[in-house]
Amino acid sequence: MSIRERLSGNEAAAIAMKQINPDVVAAFPITPSTEIPQYFSSFVSNGAVDTEFVAVESEHSAMSACIGAEAAGARAMTATSSNGLSLMWEMIYIASSLRLPIVMSLVNRAVSGPLNIHNDHSDAMGVRDSGWIQLFSENNQEAYDNLVMAHRIAEHKDVLLPLMVCQDGFITSHSIENIELIEDDLVKKFVGTYKPEHYLLNDKEPMAVGPLDLQAYLFEHKRQQAEAMRNAKKVVLEVSKEFEKMTGRKYGFFEEYKLEDAEIAIVCMNSTAGTTKYTVDKLREKGIKAGLLKIRMFRPFPTEEVAKALSHLKAVAVLDKADSLNGAGGALFEDVISSMYVSNIHVPTVNYVYGIGGRDTKADDIEKVYNDLSEIVKTGNINNPYRYLGVRE
Amino acid sequence: MENLIEIRWHGRGGQGAKTASLLLADAAFNTGKYIQGFPEYGPERMGAPITAYNRISNTPITVHSNIYEPDYVVVVDDTLLESVNVTAGLKETGAIIINTTKDEEYLKKVLNGYNGKIFTIDARKVSMETLGKYFPNTPMLAAVVKVSKVMTEEEFLNDMIGSFKHKFAKKPEVIEGNMKALELSLKEIKQIG
Repeated sequence: MSIRERLSGNEAAAIAMKQINPDVVAAFPITPSTEIPQYFSSFVSNGAVDTEFVAVESEHSAMSACIGAEAAGARAMTATSSNGLSLMWEMIYIASSLRLPIVMSLVNRAVSGPLNIHNDHSDAMGVRDSGWIQLFSENNQEAYDNLVMAHRIAEHKDVLLPLMVCQDGFITSHSIENIELIEDDLVKKFVGTYKPEHYLLNDKEPMAVGPLDLQAYLFEHKRQQAEAMRNAKKVVLEVSKEFEKMTGRKYGFFEEYKLEDAEIAIVCMNSTAGTTKYTVDKLREKGIKAGLLKIRMFRPFPTEEVAKALSHLKAVAVLDKADSLNGAGGALFEDVISSMYVSNIHVPTVNYVYGIGGRDTKADDIEKVYNDLSEIVKTGNINNPYRYLGVRE
Repeated sequence: MENLIEIRWHGRGGQGAKTASLLLADAAFNTGKYIQGFPEYGPERMGAPITAYNRISNTPITVHSNIYEPDYVVVVDDTLLESVNVTAGLKETGAIIINTTKDEEYLKKVLNGYNGKIFTIDARKVSMETLGKYFPNTPMLAAVVKVSKVMTEEEFLNDMIGSFKHKFAKKPEVIEGNMKALELSLKEIKQIG
């Protein structure tokens, strides 16, 4: 029987970490993820976990400590947001290229500047090509569930890549909501013991980690990383299926909400998907065939599957909570349209950059997007595909 | 979202409006509801206007935005009435609950012709009588439960004993005063107009 609780997204992440009981947690506080290491450090003090907690002096050191621990053969976790992730950037690439399955809880917040503590996805988008698996979470429940699944995916021998679980800063990290927790012993059994094949503290197999890698081999190593990322797709599905057996909660690459018979649909990630579901229900009552495709797995990007899931629609809007400032649309938009193009699917698709710096996204805003899509279906006219939602012009 | 009730809290930093919204979420959760309790974070400083929110429903809540058309508004500090548009979007089928000793004429004037129900309570008096200090959030919590009927008074009081025992584990001497504050508020709140 699951445990009925009410927790904030940060509490949920910290509880997942407690149940996982990793060997090492290294973290530096930054709003809005501060509470995660804060709660976790109290679990360490109370003896609820036997984790080595490393209170480092910066995020660069937090990731460095995780890399050291993971390379030594330990299971390591961290949490951060925004500029904390920016400061980790150098080590983020090193973690993935050394194939170290570190797990991070990333509480999404706008990257400076100017200084802003509120939610958008610019932090996660900044590392979208760094070789980390990225899972996004609509609410506290998904932030928790994704963390429980994270090590199984990251540590799989065909993957061996670091993984970050994203959730929206303040919107879910600081909102108390209902949640179903899994019993400690079930999580422990599900996550299992970390048994790395190669690790520094194995005296039977002396090895070097991260030496010079020039023209002769770097390309091959990058090719292997790319293959590992492709392999992650299969593993994400396997682990999610096993998780569903334990909890009844179903996860895939994405969630299709009333998409099957929809004519118009929104593609988005994290908490906005919840507000979109609410709006879809409202529009359905009026007979408007609206649907939602909520991306859970952004890296690797499930190209064929997304293209197929959207192929029957008459118009699609992709919502990006980070502006790529490139004159060509947000990151999610580019991935969705290139997925469709490669699969020879041509559904009229527009991009909306929205919610920047914590600008609240209301159900009315989402309804406006669906109205715009209806208009595109009616007139066949897209005009400007690069749009903004909720900005003052 | 069957029977969804949306509540917006207006207070000043340090008065406990955020805590009150979380306590209300807790109490409603304990009666089997689906809940959300969240503050709107701004510059956090003592005395600055702050907003906090609750959604309470019999079915899962998916919407994740602030509340623009609340069923109930709670005003923890009546000095906000002239600087914040507290009735913005407030449903006329709902109600506003204000911690104040101001008269009906003044309130009607500052509430911009709001036609729904107006309730007042002197939370300062309740708090001073029961706690000996001014903590307006405990009386306001009881007031909103009474007006919104999100749970019965009995359910609420029974649940709050548990919450206070947990919250004040290190200073149990204040539990009795807080319970008295809740009970007195349930009696003191009155409708005007």
